[in-house]
Order: sequence, then structure tokens, then C-alpha cells
Amino acid sequence: MDFLLKNFWELTVTGLTQGSIYALVALGYTLVYGVLRLINFAHSEVFMVGTFGALFALEGMGLNANSDVTSASAAIGYLIVAALAAAAASGVTAVIVERVAYRPLRRRNAPTLVFLITAIGASLAMSEGFAIWRGRDNEAFPTVIDPKTQFKFFDASVSNLDILIFLTAIVMMFSLDTFMRRTRLGRGVRAVAQDPDSAALMGVNKNRVISLTFLLGGIMAGGAAILYGLRFGVTKYDVGFLLGVKAFTAAVLGGIGNLRGALIGGLALGLVENYGSAIVGSQWRDVVAYVTLVVVLMFRPTGILGESLGKARA
Amino acid sequence: MTTSNGGPRQRMNQRLRGYDDRRAGWARSIRTRWHALPRPVRWLGLLALVVVLYLLPIIQPPILTTPDSDFGSVLFDAALFALVAIGLNVVIGMAGLLDLGYVGFYAVGAYSVAVFGSPNSSLGTGYPWLVCVPIAIALSMLAGVILGGPTLRLRGDYLAIVTLGFGEIVRLTAVNSNALGAAAGITGIPHPPGKRPDGTDIFSILNINAFYWLALTVIFIVVFGVRNLENSRVGRSWLAIREDEDAAELMGVPTFRFKLWAFAIGAAIGGLSGSLFAGRQGFINPDSFLLQFSILFVAAVVLGGAGNLLGVVTGAVVIAYLPERFRGFADYRIFVFGLALIIVMIFRPQGIIPNRRRATELAVRTEEVAEGA
Repeated sequence: MDFLLKNFWELTVTGLTQGSIYALVALGYTLVYGVLRLINFAHSEVFMVGTFGALFALEGMGLNANSDVTSASAAIGYLIVAALAAAAASGVTAVIVERVAYRPLRRRNAPTLVFLITAIGASLAMSEGFAIWRGRDNEAFPTVIDPKTQFKFFDASVSNLDILIFLTAIVMMFSLDTFMRRTRLGRGVRAVAQDPDSAALMGVNKNRVISLTFLLGGIMAGGAAILYGLRFGVTKYDVGFLLGVKAFTAAVLGGIGNLRGALIGGLALGLVENYGSAIVGSQWRDVVAYVTLVVVLMFRPTGILGESLGKARA
Repeated sequence: MTTSNGGPRQRMNQRLRGYDDRRAGWARSIRTRWHALPRPVRWLGLLALVVVLYLLPIIQPPILTTPDSDFGSVLFDAALFALVAIGLNVVIGMAGLLDLGYVGFYAVGAYSVAVFGSPNSSLGTGYPWLVCVPIAIALSMLAGVILGGPTLRLRGDYLAIVTLGFGEIVRLTAVNSNALGAAAGITGIPHPPGKRPDGTDIFSILNINAFYWLALTVIFIVVFGVRNLENSRVGRSWLAIREDEDAAELMGVPTFRFKLWAFAIGAAIGGLSGSLFAGRQGFINPDSFLLQFSILFVAAVVLGGAGNLLGVVTGAVVIAYLPERFRGFADYRIFVFGLALIIVMIFRPQGIIPNRRRATELAVRTEEVAEGA
């Protein structure tokens, strides 16, 4: 308890940065859940593919774990290319997962359980595929941004990396929210989320909307992937699993199917996890996250904001 | 239903339904042929099968036997997997609840035996194995009720994630608690009792076949119990819950209570398998209870055919045995499982040896969408 009070602001900053990454991944769960009412269990692997996409892009530009990026403009250039690569890798993976693992089942109106099993199958195949291809050890990310303390927030030091992660998450989340509320395509997504059959009667191409949903979720996961690479500096085949479970927790915590809920849930989970592990010891960090999920589901299964995508106001 | 015009989607639907029909016909013909045999012949057939199963480790059939690892221990592992699958089948196949943390109950069973049975554990009571087994079953059943109580009111897909979390909580607790041996685990777990006339132990590391026979016997007892349960009032309630929970509730089935029963009984069988595992190993640590096992357990049930006892046993044997038989491919096994799960679920959502009732439920759903489209 003493530790928590002494390091409260430090823990808050760490919690918010980690929470931002959870939030971006949570958006993918929430989007798919809002539209199809199913947990895209394979989303964690969509994220994992994104981290490798970013890594390959950085390596492709001649960086390795030892190289130094000194000028700010070069760093920004590298980051933009890597982010695009990560988003493309994740987005394409998500769309392929939908095509291969979900669409044939939707055609047969299979029960939800079956969707979950194919999702588990896709998830296993992807992570093991990467394990076979890249080996089972950590692969280091090049250091593109060297964390430097920018200012003090109470007594906690805030680095340029913390600021970048937090702002990127907020910006990506709000662009997605605006896209959903303002554009024609976004309206299509909301229509299908509300009532798929009526939407189809009104001329919405359901399959295209569903592909779009997976694509958007994948892009958000790609954003999370590059931020994760910058923050933690390593990736491997099973990097998505734990993060996926936590991001799902975040989505439920905020109210699944609700975009703003995913952001709030992600940040809240990041904070709870850090405060919790400060109290009971950091080896219990993951247990804290799981227990939070169970408690939230027991007392408020609809989450903090508890609104579905379809009902979200235009 | 329209049969005339052929959009690509409709043609696909028809082709898929064609596969279903052909498969159903094939399964039906085997079933009718079997039932047409006179009763004594059927009994003799089953008896011969049972005898062959018991004799497997002694015969070491040339193609089946595993060149790279001890056949007896592979058989024991397969039998253990089958027992777990039978337990999980109560939860997934009969009651239709997806449990992704089943390894948690298996771990509770194994750790109960370790803590109460081993003289090296924190309790140090050193009870014999036979005393530990009922404790293990009771504790895992209790774990099932504790987990199920608050979570079984949740929607199906939430339940999956919460149970997944439970499995990890159990493992992480074992890793982080010194009372449970932490990451190093617990040694000196007692074996099942019994002496040969010459004074050596029947159950020892040197004699894996005895463990296999014990596991096989336990399987027959459990299958007998579960079959009776399936055909009882409880089994019919599970079926009703699986097909439509709201309708079942309206018809007066206390759905929550029966779901809790399914959870508790499944957990008890999981705990029993865990205690067998601990009794054979003599040593356990948290690495034996990774989340991957939960997923493989579910894969066994679904691949084999949820709801059908023969099916889930087949699925379990396939999953436990094939990687040992083809050891060279051990690295690829989970990868191939992943792909196999997708393919099987797309082309055969009812499993290898399906439960007739479940297969019909799926067929009806496919019909409905075809009519709606």
C-alpha cells in the first residue's frame, strides 16, 4: 500500500500508456462484437502479425537492434512507414481471417460456439505458423525513439514515448469514432450492427460491411502493434495472447460494442492493473486483470458505458 | 426453398448440404447394420473390443505402436486425455457451455493429490493416494461450483473468456504460491497402492501398463455413469438448455441449477483425471497445466463430435496419440491442429462421430438460413 502511495503518479503514467495499447486492440474486439455478436478470438494474432509487419518494415529500411536514429525527422519517417506496414499487415490478416474462418460459417448460420472454435483454430495456426517460421525466441525491435523525459507530471517523469503512445491512441480512436458517425460507410456499419436483415433490405451490402469492420479493427490493432514495439522493444509468436485477453477485458470493461467504451475500458484496465500489482506484488499482475474481468462481468456485464455500436447515437 | 436459380452462394449452400446428406447416410447405414446384428453378437463384439483395449500394451500392434516413445505411456496419456474429454463433454457437448479453462480443474485435482499426499508438501500429511482421490474430486467440484456460481448467468461467449481466465488464475496461483511449490512444483506424490506377490509395487514408474489399465477401468466406470446421466432427467434438461435456454426456462427447467450441475460434474471428472496424472507422475509443476491444454481438450471434444461419447473419446485419442506416433512432426502439431479445427468446423461442424441430435440441430439451422436467403 505504501508502495502504491509513493509511486502513485509513476504508476498512473505507466498505466495510461499500457492502457492506450489495450484500448487500440480492444477497438477491434468491440467493432466485431458490435456487428457480428461474436468474440473474434483470433484478433490477438492479428495484433501479433502487426508487430511483425512493423518489425519487417523497420528491418527492411536498414535498421537493426543496434542502430541509432538521431534526427527527429528520420525517426518520424521510419515510424510512419512502420505504422503503415503494421496497419496493412494487421488489416489484411483480419480480413483474411474473416473470409476463411467466419464467412463459410455465417453462410450456414452456425451456432456461436462453432465460430469460437474456428477462431481458436485460426489463432493457433497463426501463432504456431510464426513460431515455426521465426522461432520461439524474442526478436528485438530497433530503437527508433529513445525515451527521454519531457516533463514532470507531479513527481512522475513523462517521456516522449509515453506522450506519443497516449496521443496516437486518442487520435486513432477519435478518427474511428468520427468515421463511424459521419461517413456513409460508417452509417452502413452501424446499420448492420443494429439490424442486419433490415440493413440488407435497405441496400447495405452486408458482406462488404463485415469485411470493412474487420479491416478497421485490424488497422487499429496495427497501430497498437507499432506502439507496442516501441514501448516493449520485443515481439514473438505468442505476444498477442496475453494482450488479447487483456484487451478483451478492456472492451468488456468499457461496454462491449461501444467504441468510446473501449478507450475508457483500456485506460481503466491499465490503471487498475498497475495499482493492483503495486498492492499485491507484480507477479500477480495478470491475476489482477483476470479477476477484474470476472468482477466486472458479475456486477456490470454491460460495462462502464454499456451501449452497443448499433445504438450509438449518430 | 429455391432450387432452380444458381447464384454462387446458393450453389455453395446446396453443395454443403449435399455433403451433409451423404455423410449422414453413411453414418446411418453403419448404425443400422450394427443394430441389425443379433444381441449376443453385439455383446461379443463389444467384449472383444474391450479385451483388445486392455491387451494393447502387451500386443504392441506393429503399425499402431510408437517407435520413438514407450507405447505403454503413450496409451496412458491417450486414456487420460480421453477421460478429460469425457468430463469436458458433459460441459460442452451435453449442456452446451463453452469452458476454455478446463485445465484449471485438472490442475486442482492434481495439486490436491500432491498437497495431501506428498510428505514434501506444505501440509506434509502424506495421505495415501486412495485417500487423496476423493479429496481431489471434492475440491475440484467445489472449484467448479465457485467458478460456475457467479459466471453461469453470463452469456455463452463471456463464459468462455471467464473460464479461460480461471484456468490461468489457477496456474499463476500455483506459480506464485510457495505453499504449492511455486515454479519448482511438488515431488514425492504417492502412487496408487498395491503389491505383487513378490513384494514389488504394482504401480511404479517401471510399470506404466498398470496405470493404463487403471485409467481404462476408470474410463469405463465414468462412461457408464455419464451415459446414465445423459438418459436421465438431468441429461434431458441439459439437452433442452443447449437447444434453447429461454424455452427450457419457460418449460420449467431450472436452467441455472442444471448448468451448475454440469459444471460441477465436469469439474469432478477433470479433478479425477488430474489425480490419476499426479499419481502416475509422482511429481508436478505448473508447466503441466498450461492454457494450451485447455484448448487441446476443447479441440478433442469438438473434433471428435461434441455430445457423442464415442466421438469425444476418438477425438481425444487422435489428439493425444497422433503427435506421439509421428514424433518428427511434434513441432507442427499445434499448427496443424489449428488448420484442422478450421477445416473440420467448416465442413463438419458436428465433429468426426457426431451426436445425432446435435447434427440435426445444425442441419435445421442451415435449412433456416437457406429459406431466409
